[in-house]
Amino acid sequence: MPEVTMVQALNTAVRDAMTDDDRVLVFGEDVGTLGGVFRVTDGIAEQFGKHRCFDTPLAESGIVGISVGLALRGYRPVPEIQFDGFMYPALDQLLSHVAKYRNRTRGELSVPITVRVPSFGGIGSPEHHSESPETYLVHTAGLKVVVPSTPADAYSLLRESIASDDPVMFLEPKRRYWSRQDVDLPVTTEPIGQAVVRRAGTDVTVLAYGPMVAIALEAADAALAEMGYSLEVVDLRSLVPLDCDTIVSSVERTGHCIVIHEGPRTLGMGAELAALVQEHAFYSLEAPILRASGFDTPYPPARLEDVWLPGVDRLLDCVERSLAYA
Amino acid sequence: MVTTLLGAVAVPELELVQLLRPDGTRVPDDRYPVSLGSDELVALYDAMVVTRALDQELINLQRQGQLALYASCRGQEAASVGMAAALDDRDWVFPQYREMGAWVWRGVDPGGLAVMWRGAWLSASGLTEHRSAPITISIGTHTLHAVGYAMGAALDGDPIAVVACIGDGATSEGDVHEALNFAAVYSAPCVFLVQNNQYAISVPVHEQTRSASIAHKAVAYGMPGVRCDGNDVLATYAVVKEAAERARRGGGPTLVEAVTYRMEAHTTSDDPTRYRNAEELEQWARLDPIARYRLLLEHDGLLDEAVQRKTQARAEASTRRLREAVVDARDPDPEELFAHVFAEPTPALLAQREVLRAEVE
Repeated sequence: MPEVTMVQALNTAVRDAMTDDDRVLVFGEDVGTLGGVFRVTDGIAEQFGKHRCFDTPLAESGIVGISVGLALRGYRPVPEIQFDGFMYPALDQLLSHVAKYRNRTRGELSVPITVRVPSFGGIGSPEHHSESPETYLVHTAGLKVVVPSTPADAYSLLRESIASDDPVMFLEPKRRYWSRQDVDLPVTTEPIGQAVVRRAGTDVTVLAYGPMVAIALEAADAALAEMGYSLEVVDLRSLVPLDCDTIVSSVERTGHCIVIHEGPRTLGMGAELAALVQEHAFYSLEAPILRASGFDTPYPPARLEDVWLPGVDRLLDCVERSLAYA
Repeated sequence: MVTTLLGAVAVPELELVQLLRPDGTRVPDDRYPVSLGSDELVALYDAMVVTRALDQELINLQRQGQLALYASCRGQEAASVGMAAALDDRDWVFPQYREMGAWVWRGVDPGGLAVMWRGAWLSASGLTEHRSAPITISIGTHTLHAVGYAMGAALDGDPIAVVACIGDGATSEGDVHEALNFAAVYSAPCVFLVQNNQYAISVPVHEQTRSASIAHKAVAYGMPGVRCDGNDVLATYAVVKEAAERARRGGGPTLVEAVTYRMEAHTTSDDPTRYRNAEELEQWARLDPIARYRLLLEHDGLLDEAVQRKTQARAEASTRRLREAVVDARDPDPEELFAHVFAEPTPALLAQREVLRAEVE
């Protein structure tokens, strides 16, 4: 099987979607001639023409706003927002229109847009290039929020997102862009809305998504080797819809639950997941649900990134504290 | 060339295109020939009268507690009807919320329009089939949707025009800037119709912008900008028609400023006496779009008793239809709240629907 990076998987997914459906359009800042700053759209304008893959003026609200109009016309727009932190000018279009169009029109009109957003930190970038915007989006009714962690999932989930009749926020973990996996493309993995147990374990459930899945797996190796603990790592894959069943059944087996995410702690995904787990698995819990997260500070400068981001140590500290209750 | 001094900046003045004076006499203008037959001329009158009747009835229904809110278009009938009449049936309209004239012209069911104002749902029903996007309450954001739709039509090789309707206040919004820029960059077949009704709720247009006029802004985007008398249905018709034809031919977008006046409050919740005086209202009342147009039709002998009776009958039928649809209409089923969030409800939504179902029972 060939080894592919996440960027290659995404690029292939976009090409295959455009080949299968000539209503798929790709656009954004620098996505055409340059092929995107991360090269996810490399070669696509050459292959499909500049009418189907084009550069836009530098205006994120405009990029999302014209996507709504193109979708109403019957197109399937796949716009790119260049970096997570540049999404905020487009939040009004996303929250007020993309999320609400179907509901506003009682199902008469829908806007099947897939917004690709290189997201999260860990690559030593300047300010506004390392944000975790997922909770703004998860909190908004009407948006699906998908976060792949592997090249195979990046391919399959992006294909499914583009084919979906609902708008999808597709958050790509940019620090995993160059991660490799042996996989034959095209590949079909589990559907959106289904979490996957990446590693089975018996002592503690770790809920992770996107860039934190690799950290959780690394921590699971270390926990077993150094402490003799068995961690079960659940990759959520989509935050909306959320696979509550897989989460709850894992916690029912282990009795311990830790959530790991990059974004700040307060009202991060950890808060929602902890609430859900205690609602559904209260009698299985042997310890409080703990969170390994970023801090409630703005994202740090690059040279402090490593100490700010949740990593193996912060997660293992949570594991020890959780198991101390047993 | 005439110039306007604007601080230190001298800019050429943009004349106001007017084809019908307030006294009902025509202004000859070779650039804007109006080749409407007598039936079409009467149809414009008819639509404006029906629009005003529906507008008044909606105000009444709000006063009677049947509607949560209403935003009147009184005084702006010519701008909206003139715009709609200038379009082909296949052209699209992306409205803000004062486009009753356009909806009447296109035959939208007034009962469907009241759904939103009653608070029975979030937007009016029955617009899509008449090639109108939903009513948009957030200001100016839909101009980008119009541009995207126009770009898509151009990609399809479909020669239609798309009109984005906004007011003077919306021109301050960032999205409107982005929409004008995108439209120009992609030569989108789009017409931006700004109904400058002088106020954004209470803020007068001269506090909204330091541009010499709203139409002047077009110059910076690289598109034509035209000012017309928005209380003159023929001028609005002719100017929008020319812009729409240019758009359909691939000539790109146009910014049209229709200068008009909002005779009523911003909405039924507003108190305009706090920001404008009776004298000003009086002055604009003399420029009323329907009164002016009636003078023309009377002069041309097009407004005989039969025509007036027909128009009156149509206005009464429309308001009756509106009342029947609105008065004591049943509220929607609460479970519908969960029906349109996604194509299929998520497991979380299904669980929450059960909670509501138990509460309602």
